[in-house]
Amino acid sequence: MIDPTHTRRRFLEGAALLALTGALPAGCAVAPRTGAQASLNNVLVLVELNGGNDGLNTVVPFADPLYAKLRPTLALAPDSLVKLDARTALHPGLAPLMTAWNGGELAIVQGVGYDKPNLSHFRSIEIWETASESEQILPEGWLARVLVQQPGAARRPAEGAVFGRPSIGPLMGANARAVLMDSVQNFASKASKVDAPPASPKNSALAHIVRTQGEIARAGDILAARLQGPQPAIKTTFPRNGLGGQLSNAARLIATGADVPVIKVSLGSFDTHTYERNTHDRLMAELGGAMAAFRLAMVETGNWQRVTVMTYSEFGRRPAENSAQGTDHGTAAPHFVLGPGVRGGFHGAAPSLADLSDSNLKHHIDFRDIYASTLRQWWNIDPRQALQRNGVELRLFV
Amino acid sequence: MLKVVVTSVLAMAGCIALAGPAAALSPDEARHLLLRTGFGATPMQIRALEPMDRAKAVRTILDSTTTEAVTPPPAFMSEPRPDWPSHYKSTDEETKGVFNRARDAEAVQLKAWWYTEMIATPSPFTERMVLFWHNHFTSGMDKVRHTDLLFRQNALFRQNATGSFRTLVQSIAKDPAMVRYLDSQANKKAAPNENFARELLELYTLGEGRYSERDIREAARAFTGWHMNDADGQFRFNKGQHDDSTKTVLGKTGKFDGGDVIDIILSKPETAVFMTAKLWREFVSDTPDATEVSRLAKIYRDSDYDTRKLLEAMFTAPAFWAAENRGALIKSPVELLVGTVRTFEIPIADTTPFVEYGKRLRQDIFNPPNVKGWPGGTWWISTFTLLERREIVLRLLNGSDLGAAPGSGGIDGNSMGGGAMGNNGMGGGMSASLAGAKAPAAAPVPGIALWVDAHGNLAAAPEAAGRLLLATDPVQPPTGKSGRPMIEALVLDPAYQVK
Repeated sequence: MIDPTHTRRRFLEGAALLALTGALPAGCAVAPRTGAQASLNNVLVLVELNGGNDGLNTVVPFADPLYAKLRPTLALAPDSLVKLDARTALHPGLAPLMTAWNGGELAIVQGVGYDKPNLSHFRSIEIWETASESEQILPEGWLARVLVQQPGAARRPAEGAVFGRPSIGPLMGANARAVLMDSVQNFASKASKVDAPPASPKNSALAHIVRTQGEIARAGDILAARLQGPQPAIKTTFPRNGLGGQLSNAARLIATGADVPVIKVSLGSFDTHTYERNTHDRLMAELGGAMAAFRLAMVETGNWQRVTVMTYSEFGRRPAENSAQGTDHGTAAPHFVLGPGVRGGFHGAAPSLADLSDSNLKHHIDFRDIYASTLRQWWNIDPRQALQRNGVELRLFV
Repeated sequence: MLKVVVTSVLAMAGCIALAGPAAALSPDEARHLLLRTGFGATPMQIRALEPMDRAKAVRTILDSTTTEAVTPPPAFMSEPRPDWPSHYKSTDEETKGVFNRARDAEAVQLKAWWYTEMIATPSPFTERMVLFWHNHFTSGMDKVRHTDLLFRQNALFRQNATGSFRTLVQSIAKDPAMVRYLDSQANKKAAPNENFARELLELYTLGEGRYSERDIREAARAFTGWHMNDADGQFRFNKGQHDDSTKTVLGKTGKFDGGDVIDIILSKPETAVFMTAKLWREFVSDTPDATEVSRLAKIYRDSDYDTRKLLEAMFTAPAFWAAENRGALIKSPVELLVGTVRTFEIPIADTTPFVEYGKRLRQDIFNPPNVKGWPGGTWWISTFTLLERREIVLRLLNGSDLGAAPGSGGIDGNSMGGGAMGNNGMGGGMSASLAGAKAPAAAPVPGIALWVDAHGNLAAAPEAAGRLLLATDPVQPPTGKSGRPMIEALVLDPAYQVK
């Protein structure tokens, strides 16, 4: 077993050495920090926390007396927490992420939200996934808009792969190709037997079906070819739960070397209006365990250098618990960005529990600033055009 | 063996033939009406509608609506209600596990029961409406857990399938399954729970953006104390937990309770528009025509939300029949499954496998993905579900999973060829009335074999078969094929997925 805490440093040293000697082979998986050319060889794995994750019980301001006051039954006991500093701690279920935190690979972006927050699940996730203003309707997912403009479309089986909850979200768009799969092997073996229909009908419902069938045929052929050679065995054990299974498939897909720049997985439901504790504990453990296993699998197969994992959710939850030991829809929340290219540590300040707006937290970081930073720093794509917005870039990547 | 019942109402109406020949439906129009308002279309159903004009054909469909299911309730409905209060108090994990597994087994029975009803009903339109209301006033097994409450909610939808929307909203607010699903149980005077009030406004009546966060909080107070009794599963108004002070909702102020709030919501013209547009997307097209929706919404509101009146106007509107709207909607998984069975009159011993089929195709009935229900439209078709749809339809044509297992009346995972569907985990459980009373043990299952024999003329004519089975021209015409291979090619055509 590779000791993951040392992997990154060793890799960086190795890369520097290779670069010095000019021996770095083309296509070698080095994340482009400063390179001039966009590299969709880098993979972005999105973890949707579906239902609105309770940020205050995820990244916990345990030292703030208001925290326990607002949550008579839901406040997590300080002793049970995984401390990050004197004021802030992780939910105990996220303890498996501490290796990454200690290695500087885990960023916690605090107080993420947007102006005029919308508290509808459906509208708010649409805002996040299309990267729109609160009152602006955009027809396409933010990644669909960006990725279809990038070269190399012919080589890619698809712009994105989706495991788990069948929502393609940020990949939704007329020209982006999103492949939903149960497992990579199953999909490839069934899909490679399907023919692409010849014509594209005018009827838009039928056109969608024809297009999907074409995507099946195409992605099936490419993946089946990729899977023909000897496959690297992945020895890392994934937790036997929903997210574990999805990320295990994501790891297998990445290990085939197929050009799929985005993978989306999901976990939920985080809509904990009643008796939040048990549900949230279970979901946090699922999140922490599966993300840590995914990281190990990527390190093991030599793919970690080209992977970033990012969480998102439609909103956080209300700081004060309700009468049913649950929390109602809220606003700002922290999110995780994980990867060897990430600048670990806290980004932004935790929202104040004393300074609420309509009983909810005020955000300090617009979610689109995370997207913009990722586009520029991870893929070397100019975010201004893609997001049509002049935001503040975070120094999220090394 | 459960037989597919061809709608007797339609067959009878066909004999009356009042409409003049000029106004009579073409076979394509008859098929269109049947596909849009039911599950599939058989040659006999098409012939029955053909002599009628549009208005009469539509009335015939609407007149067929029933308020009671023809299928006897699942067995658990005649058993005593589980002891929920003890279950909630119990801390013994093993006892709880046994209890929960029993509920899961009941949920499979419940789902299979509804599939049976959709296949057997003389009024497929009724079940399409029940499905519509289920997807509108969502409640799911994952949260509700009380299977009998979900059965009763389903009966409520059938009772009011084309009745008064006002009655339906007022009833659903007190429906015990809904009380559990959207946490009305936790909605108390001292600390209101907003879940039901929010979705009532956002998803069930007015639509997102037509109210403020404050309206939600005030409306939630009006519904405080609308609880249910765990012991008997009945709605209970908990006076001690009801906030009877003054509220301001959508600009009106008073000491409102939940019923008053619903009346205020229904007095808003936007509610009629919202519901009309949703029914338009269900029956006409994905892109509601604003002018037409506004005309129809006025009919809805002026009739105090008489759903039948609205639907009659919608189904006779030119847009319903317009060429550009033919074949423009994507079949839901339930429509695909039940429609295939009804179209080919495939003999079914047991509908339990349909539960798993529906799940794989992302429509797990009695368990919508979230409170917004199944989004429908293009959402149904992903690279995953399209592959599954093709595979499952072929299995139906072959009768692969549909035979009665000897002696059990149920079906086990092993009888499902190749294990493609996995083990469905059901040990028997189907009531004797549904399964195999007349069927010999392990009878061979013919799939569409009987149909192909009985429709030799169609099976030899790809064009005629295509016009029966597909809502549009095939994308990949089955040139040079006949018989069963030709039928298989047609159901694998992208056009089989639309209606």
